[in-house]
Amino acid sequence: MFKKILIANRGEIAVRVMRACREMGITSVAVFSDVDRASLHVRKADEAYHIGPSAAAESYLNISKILGVAKLCGADAIHPGYGFLSENAKFAEACAEAGVKFIGPTAASMEIMGSKTRARQAMEKAGIPLVPGTSRGLESVQQAEEVAERIGYPVMLKAAAGGGGKGMRLVHNRQDLKSALEGAQSEAQRSFGDGEVYIEKAIVNPRHIEMQVLADEHGNCVYLGERECSIQRRHQKVLEESPSPLVDPDMRRRMGEIAVRVAKAGNYTNAGTVEFLSDQHKNFYFLEMNTRLQVEHPVTELITGLDLVHLQIRIAAGEKLPFTQNDIQIRGHAIECRIYAEDPDNNYFPSPGKISLLLAPAGPGIRRDSGMYEGWNVPIDYDPLLAKLIGYGTDRQQAISRLVRALNEYFVGGIKTNISLFRRILHDPDFNAGKLDTGFLDRLLKTPPEPAKREDADVAAIAAGLFAMLEPGAISSSATALPANGHAPQANGASSSWKRSARLEALK
Amino acid sequence: MIYEVAIDGKHYRLELERERGRWLCRLDGREIQVDAVLARPDVVSLLIEGKSYEIKRERTATDMHLWVGSARYEAVLRDPRSLRSRKGGLADEKGPRKLVAPMPGKIVRVLVLEKSEVEAGQGILVVEAMKMQNELKSPKKGIVQKLAVKDGDNVNAGDVLAVVE
Repeated sequence: MFKKILIANRGEIAVRVMRACREMGITSVAVFSDVDRASLHVRKADEAYHIGPSAAAESYLNISKILGVAKLCGADAIHPGYGFLSENAKFAEACAEAGVKFIGPTAASMEIMGSKTRARQAMEKAGIPLVPGTSRGLESVQQAEEVAERIGYPVMLKAAAGGGGKGMRLVHNRQDLKSALEGAQSEAQRSFGDGEVYIEKAIVNPRHIEMQVLADEHGNCVYLGERECSIQRRHQKVLEESPSPLVDPDMRRRMGEIAVRVAKAGNYTNAGTVEFLSDQHKNFYFLEMNTRLQVEHPVTELITGLDLVHLQIRIAAGEKLPFTQNDIQIRGHAIECRIYAEDPDNNYFPSPGKISLLLAPAGPGIRRDSGMYEGWNVPIDYDPLLAKLIGYGTDRQQAISRLVRALNEYFVGGIKTNISLFRRILHDPDFNAGKLDTGFLDRLLKTPPEPAKREDADVAAIAAGLFAMLEPGAISSSATALPANGHAPQANGASSSWKRSARLEALK
Repeated sequence: MIYEVAIDGKHYRLELERERGRWLCRLDGREIQVDAVLARPDVVSLLIEGKSYEIKRERTATDMHLWVGSARYEAVLRDPRSLRSRKGGLADEKGPRKLVAPMPGKIVRVLVLEKSEVEAGQGILVVEAMKMQNELKSPKKGIVQKLAVKDGDNVNAGDVLAVVE
């Protein structure tokens, strides 16, 4: 087993991996950029080393610096987390060359899965069901028009190197195809340095369902059940659950067996996720394989009782899977909310800043994987994911009610978060009925939120006065002027909260 | 102590008086007995007629909000004795208006030229923070008097980016 693991990541996932290391008696090593010195993952690590400026390209994406630290501190393995270098085949290769074990698949299988067109070609050969379309980049508008005619509109144009919705276009008719193709190609070129774009039939009201797989380095591969990830905004997942309300045992078995075939076709090892697009009649198609631990892995951990990070480490250390497919039992239901530093009142725009107050939920069926703490300044430089709140119950209804209860206990002050969005989702009748598709969240957000009950305004008025009496000296420590657009910055030097409030009132 | 309180724009007159370890509140003349404990900074526990409330206070630089349960109330508190602070006021709609960076970030695009005419709500520039782009819009109809930034500039919260007159 490894003695020391370097975690080439930050935020909640770095903390999560460090916890596994601690549980397994392995020394954990953090790396951090300028802006992350005070971040939680540095505090939770056994060792921590600075790797450069805040820009990810110069720190968390800097392969030579990270490998330099690994060598310096004597780490024998690197866990990449998700994002950053986690799906970078060059990094996996560089680790192998440096004699440090990369906890994940080999560079070769990452290369097969990393390009969507190459993955499609490999899967076609292996007889995996694919969304009708091309498995190679489009060469001309004419070719695109011919294929679109054959598979039928609407069609989806996608960047081969894509992800996160970049270089993606939905096209409803022939007239729009040319400009959409050109737009997708130039966006793909800009975003990924690769303008290759292919075409697929667009599935109407699709669901995004993915299957977790685990493969050891001795040819054993199992599936651990699906995750429903249809609740997305701008092609980013917001809430995930397992099992999927759509999937029955037969569909799970079919999907799981195909996922295992996908993994085997790519000589895959370690934890991975096979993504499918499913229509509402349980027809599903291979989309792509994510060659890393997913953000949403905790829902699978809760319903299987397995610890995926422990297993990742054991597999990377050369151990055999300690169970077979028949040993895996799915029990209960788990739902994950991704808590982002985003402002619901400003189109979910990022809301960095200092966390002035943090009250965390606890109690039955609640798991919280967090990278934040009270007093911490959320930096602007990275992804706005703060924490994940996961609810577990014996069935879906109990998981929902536990999450709703925990969200009411959760309070993050000083910055804006999307916590209120989850209350809306979890109360939505379609969500409760399990009627989901990837358009769910856009539809929900188009309807104005139900006005919250305002019956406690009197209580708020009394509390406003009592705060001033009980905490008279407390002025906002973060009272640097943050004026609203177009307003002159206010005078400084307010000496108490009521004076400040008075000034603000006068400014209105 | 007497306060004027506005909750979501509705005004109250609040009198608070300590009375044998409790608070006697007169809210617009209505008498209410309150047991209050400051549980920690920004969190107060109130017992009012047997009902328990945990109230969270959130202060940003520009405003104060109180959370009662999952409902968020905008609160403004004023001590009527401090009339001095009533002076001043909002910059005139007719005067120059500043476009200010709402958060630290990077200017990725400037959408207008200096001295060009803009409509209220027209995009002036695009700021990127946390991998997301946000278009900042003109606060009023007028002429872009000044553009203080260019593509690629890093800005801090509160920086003046442009002036529209």
